[in-house]
Amino acid sequence: MAVPEALTHSPLAQRRVRPAAWVLGLVLLLAVTLVAFAVGQFEIGPADLLASLLARLTGALSPLSASAEAVIWNVRGPRVLAAALVGAALSAAGAAFQAMFRNPLVSPDILGVSAGCGLGASMAILLGLPLVMVSGMAFGGGLLAVVVVTLVAQRVGEQDPVLVLVLAGVAVGALLGAGISLVKLLADPSVQLPSITFWLLGGLNAVTLEDLRFALPALALGSAVLFLWRWRINLLSLPDDEAAALGVRVTRLRTSVVAAVTLMTAAAVSLSGIVGWVGLVVPHVARLLVGPEFSRLLPMAMLLGAAFLVLADTLARTVAAIELPLSVLTAGVGAPFFLWLLGRRRRLE
Amino acid sequence: MSPAVLRAERLSFGHRGRALGEPVDLDVKAGEVLCLLGPNGCGKTTLFRTLLGLIPALGGRVTIADQTLQAGQRHNLARQIAYVPQAHAGVFAYAVQDVVLMGRASQIGAFAMPSRGDRDIANEALQRLGIAQLRERAYTEISGGERQLVMIARALAQQTPLIVMDEPTASLDFGNHRVVLREIEVLKARGISVLLSTHQPEHALRIADRVALMRRGSLLALGETRRVMTAGALADLYGLDAEEIARSLPLAAPLSV
Repeated sequence: MAVPEALTHSPLAQRRVRPAAWVLGLVLLLAVTLVAFAVGQFEIGPADLLASLLARLTGALSPLSASAEAVIWNVRGPRVLAAALVGAALSAAGAAFQAMFRNPLVSPDILGVSAGCGLGASMAILLGLPLVMVSGMAFGGGLLAVVVVTLVAQRVGEQDPVLVLVLAGVAVGALLGAGISLVKLLADPSVQLPSITFWLLGGLNAVTLEDLRFALPALALGSAVLFLWRWRINLLSLPDDEAAALGVRVTRLRTSVVAAVTLMTAAAVSLSGIVGWVGLVVPHVARLLVGPEFSRLLPMAMLLGAAFLVLADTLARTVAAIELPLSVLTAGVGAPFFLWLLGRRRRLE
Repeated sequence: MSPAVLRAERLSFGHRGRALGEPVDLDVKAGEVLCLLGPNGCGKTTLFRTLLGLIPALGGRVTIADQTLQAGQRHNLARQIAYVPQAHAGVFAYAVQDVVLMGRASQIGAFAMPSRGDRDIANEALQRLGIAQLRERAYTEISGGERQLVMIARALAQQTPLIVMDEPTASLDFGNHRVVLREIEVLKARGISVLLSTHQPEHALRIADRVALMRRGSLLALGETRRVMTAGALADLYGLDAEEIARSLPLAAPLSV
């Protein structure tokens, strides 16, 4: 499938304006981070944040009150960090999968990783397991789902491995979706069902530093693999024959990309629950800014994804009296923006 | 006699375990242009894919640079033999120079980025084909003919002793036919072998040292261009009238009806 021109044609991707795109991305991330600390029940201005940060770095006594310190380091800090990590991971994963599947409509959960996470988490909630186990089972469920999909795809045959992989992913994802529905039906409607529903829509209100410590190794490992393959992944977007004739061991490369993406996505989803749209939309925006070349696309997608999710999470906890699920906001902001991108071309002419 | 850069012995090829025709014996000598002619669907592309090791041979063997073709040696193979596929649009809007740079993959470490030298080689390839001005353009936005030239540039950047081209002129206009044919002649002058398929016998007459005629997966003839490409043989190959062929092509051999 060819990408609509509106999504590819961009004067911004030209070499001479590329540095501006990087500055834009960095400024954006910094700005939303400052806003994220500043808004909420307890306001932490940029000056306070800087003072506290300096105090930590130099070991001096912080000029801020103990409660302000607690908000920065135990409440808002972990949450902002988690949002940035989840956003970056999902966007990097989406960018890699879109290149690998040669399809701009692919998101990181195409192989059923989110559905697997969802089933793991909702079963943990149904069984009344502690929060750590909910994350753990989500992570395990996601990995297991993709392992099953890859094994099935290998069994089915090799005529068109990419297509077989997608179809196996869709089928296994549907099965897992059915499993989630069943768990919801069995769940206690007053306590368990709401928390399952909230988990499936994503949110970072319960994130602690401890959770981050668990997720970080998987996120780092997945990103490291994608970073190492940052140039070679470009060749996966060619037909298999061509990539092979150029000297690429296609199956090996594809398998390691699937493993890296799955690891990152499962870790991100076990932190935040299922957050839609980020992995689909952000890579498109990044591609508009720096083009499809993966060694440039990867860091830009991570930068923009981090900024986008920090912003979405800040909105989630401030726009309404109750905390809104993340997916509601990422879809609410992401989908209209995506449509605007699509329509942009015609207005330009 | 010059040594063979590629040799197929009793090579049986096809899909799903079924051979298309009789086993094929074929060799490409160093610095020669070998042209494969045959009607649509006769198995030219399947033969090429088998020679390149992209699909397994059903029997016999392929030797490249005196080594038997083995799966899993993609890296080494890609340094010996480059492939110019029929151009397709591609999905993502890679800049033309990034597409050509991909030709350097077999020379670039698994985790490395292309070096300055790789970029120079890619740019030189673009210049040789006269498309340096397309360097920054998106591959998805250039014409089909330009894409075909970019695919050839990518194969040049691969710097192999043998280039296999699958109907390299199929999507080109008249002017670009000349560009491609001239480039094949230049490659030959530099000692690079070219194995190509074409639907245009006059191209074979112009550039090929030897010609192979193929029908239904079997080779009918293989030999020096002027000797193999008789009106009779072509008439037989394409199911046409020999006199008509003799009128439209500057064939040397007398009519052998």
